[in-house]
Amino acid sequence: MPFIPHTEQDIQKMLDVIGVSSINDLFDEIPTHLRAKPLTGVPDGLGEMDMMRLLSDRAQQDEGALCFIGAGAYEHHIPAAVWDVTMRGEFLTAYTPYQAEASQGTLQLIYEYQSMICQLTAMDVSNASLYDGASGLAEAVLMSIRANRKSKSKKVLFAGTVHPLYQKVVIDIVSNQGIEIEVMPINPDNLSVDMEALKAYAEEDFAALVIPQPNFFGGLESVDELTDWAQDKGMLVIGLVNPTALALFNPPGDWGQQGADIAVGEGQPLGIPLASGGPYFGFIACKEKLVRQMPGRIIGRTVDLEGKEGFTLTLQAREQHIRRSKATSNICTNQGLAVTAATIYLTLLGSEGLSRVAKSSHHNARQLLLSLSDVDGVTIRTNTAFFHEFVIQLENEKDGFAEAVLGNMAEQGILGGFNLSEYGADLKNCILVCVTEVKTENDLAIYKSALIRAIEEVTGEC
Amino acid sequence: MLIFKKGSQGRFATAQAPKKVAEVADLPAAMLRKKPALLPEVSELQAVRHFTNLSRRNFSIDTQFYPLGSCTMKYNPKGAQRAAALPGFINRHPLAPESHSQGYLACVYDLQNILKEVTGMAGVSLCPMAGAQGEFAGVAMIKAYHESRDDHARTEIIVPEAAHGTNPATAVMCGYKVKEIPVLANGDVDLAALKAAVGPQTAGIMMTNPSTCGVFERQIEEIAKTVHDAGGLLYYDGANLNAILGQVRPGDMGFDVLHMNLHKTFATPHGGGGPGSGPVAVGKRLLPFLPTPIAGCTEGDSGVKSYHWVGQDKLPDSIGRLSAFMGNAGIILRAYIYAVLLGREGLHRVGEFSTLNANYMAVLMKNAGFELAYKDRRATHEFIITLNKQAKNLGVNAMDFAKRLLDYGYHAPTTYFPLLIPECFLIEPTETESIDELEGFVEAMIAIQKEAENSPEIVKGAPVTQPVRRLDDVKAARELDVSYAE
Repeated sequence: MPFIPHTEQDIQKMLDVIGVSSINDLFDEIPTHLRAKPLTGVPDGLGEMDMMRLLSDRAQQDEGALCFIGAGAYEHHIPAAVWDVTMRGEFLTAYTPYQAEASQGTLQLIYEYQSMICQLTAMDVSNASLYDGASGLAEAVLMSIRANRKSKSKKVLFAGTVHPLYQKVVIDIVSNQGIEIEVMPINPDNLSVDMEALKAYAEEDFAALVIPQPNFFGGLESVDELTDWAQDKGMLVIGLVNPTALALFNPPGDWGQQGADIAVGEGQPLGIPLASGGPYFGFIACKEKLVRQMPGRIIGRTVDLEGKEGFTLTLQAREQHIRRSKATSNICTNQGLAVTAATIYLTLLGSEGLSRVAKSSHHNARQLLLSLSDVDGVTIRTNTAFFHEFVIQLENEKDGFAEAVLGNMAEQGILGGFNLSEYGADLKNCILVCVTEVKTENDLAIYKSALIRAIEEVTGEC
Repeated sequence: MLIFKKGSQGRFATAQAPKKVAEVADLPAAMLRKKPALLPEVSELQAVRHFTNLSRRNFSIDTQFYPLGSCTMKYNPKGAQRAAALPGFINRHPLAPESHSQGYLACVYDLQNILKEVTGMAGVSLCPMAGAQGEFAGVAMIKAYHESRDDHARTEIIVPEAAHGTNPATAVMCGYKVKEIPVLANGDVDLAALKAAVGPQTAGIMMTNPSTCGVFERQIEEIAKTVHDAGGLLYYDGANLNAILGQVRPGDMGFDVLHMNLHKTFATPHGGGGPGSGPVAVGKRLLPFLPTPIAGCTEGDSGVKSYHWVGQDKLPDSIGRLSAFMGNAGIILRAYIYAVLLGREGLHRVGEFSTLNANYMAVLMKNAGFELAYKDRRATHEFIITLNKQAKNLGVNAMDFAKRLLDYGYHAPTTYFPLLIPECFLIEPTETESIDELEGFVEAMIAIQKEAENSPEIVKGAPVTQPVRRLDDVKAARELDVSYAE
């Protein structure tokens, strides 16, 4: 019996002590007609050897392509030590640190994680993490509505350059509470927030403004100007940021005159593999005055009864297991294991290492951008400062041309980027291309020749 | 000692960063960070040693018996960790085209079908990233269902008072009011109170069965009828699904929607508090509302299967998207692998042996003089003892027993939950523990009872073998220190 240690003698002894004649008798409180029939839809079990064969065959089907897709999930080098240590059973198979004395490892690690996130974002307080960047942004939106004392508005303003899937997730989560998201237009000339369009929102009452940095298209927004504009209107500012980029760019806490109020983002670039989209983790940090509106777990440093330093869950009065229907969120878990990996990653790289990762990624992306500028049929749409991700447009105006080109490149073993065609008429046959530090000069050359070949072949088929 | 205090300026794990520091002259200077973030400055060995040593300050399933009630701390098979980390899985970009995702999609599709079968439901979505998000998705679907029928009067969700705190918190996140109903002394729901509570304002009821009282709700069919007759739907909180896996299915009990906790029932690791995974399963009525994306499959003439994503374009009434990509994929894979390893027979045994272990422990505890909260009821996969007498007569409460257990090398059971039983332990041994471990735990409890009678200060001063003694939680909240600064 897989993973069940009972011998026949064990079972007999246990049944005798309980005073029943069979295991089946233990279910005598369940009405007989409700008892399940054999689960015929489930196959027979496999041993580990056969399971590994099945799974290896499947994993191999998805292997081997050179990936230039970013769009919210980024391929970075992950030091071997990160997951070697993270996968230790003591981290992997522990649970929520309810018994603090027997969970000091996890608790101290999360305290260190919170400290690193505060440092990266230049904020005062971080929680122990949320599920992912998109759902984290939804929590940040809910938090801003609770926290904004100046405004009773249940509306939040979004830069149109926020990742479209994030916009979707936020709307799907918060609309259940009657909260509205208003999305500002994108300036098609530079794929950034249309600063002229701000005026249209000057008279309206919003609880917060969400500013992405870099934005979905890789471009850098005028965060200082936007922050001052929003705070001047009584809005809180939520900075949606890439943690790798924070090694290079002004952190949200330093935006504008007063700094953003909440920083949130996807933690995946910090040592978490792409792995089909999860588990990742969302980080969220805020100014100290907002801490009681923060959702999720927070770890505090304290002392034990002998005065020795120790770590414990704190401010639990915000949480569902105490406050029930009045909690700040229904969230129970954090993404503990992913946070463990990220903390080790940040420790190994340090500020200097992370900054080199950011610079090297951006350098590679810029090299590719420059090399594609002379490709026939390709226009570079990114024309402002950007970070490790940029937009190209295929000049052939045929519907589905970008999709066909990407399909052709995929057959050549290159995942050429994220197709933006669905995201606005102006983005027809546009592709979002990402390059990180893991790509070599040769990889970039392969990309270019694959793109040229794909355009030729697809054009020929038309 | 904190990692921040172990470093020296300028030190880092040089093997791990790109060598060539490229120029970034194209970036505007005004946007560049002026003051570097204060991150640790240590060597690779220092980092490895620090975190390895931190790990040793944890209790875990791999090192200890961890009978945390309602959390299902069972063995997490190593094979599942190994297979989920195969390069093809670990390196797949979430937005990779379907042509480069057939292996992963096949696993997702197969798991959807297995979960449909074990729950007796019509459809499954694996999107929710945790149990609480599964609850959110489930209640959002109930709301979408009523609204699709133009039934806007349903503003209330009913929750039995013994429910997990997430249930009422979730109902509020979905814009509902919460109505709590009492639970009888025998652990069953107060049916009369339920009948009085339902009406045209009832959107649904959220229940766990077996309940958090560690007993099977015997009136479940009548509860289902009462709520359905009033036009409401039944939500099943899958926290305790381990108890009934292969024995009775939520779909057959009359539930319309449920979430599962794959990190409990399907043995994926708890990771120090996550990541989890909380798939939802629904009956026919709620199929159009499932969160997306979902894996679909078409079979060609030659029998070759081809897999694809079903998004909101194909499921327009879906409650939508819960994560940027598709949930906690790596956890979904591990749960699938667990189901592959166990198979039909193995899944059936989960319910059997988790129940056998809990009942055996309950009888041993009772025979040793401990008071069961529901002594006339059959235990399920977990059971409750109350240490109320010890607290009153000896001044040694459940928290003291819990802390002393740590000294005996056992993680404490869930304490002070459910809230309606004073000084309680909710004990869940799971099916993967051997009889020796169960007996060892009971012996430790007997020894602590003797200590409580003869020298209570030992129990009240526990733990003494852990890295720290009891912590000052009041100081932690009053003098908030949640981030290190120099």
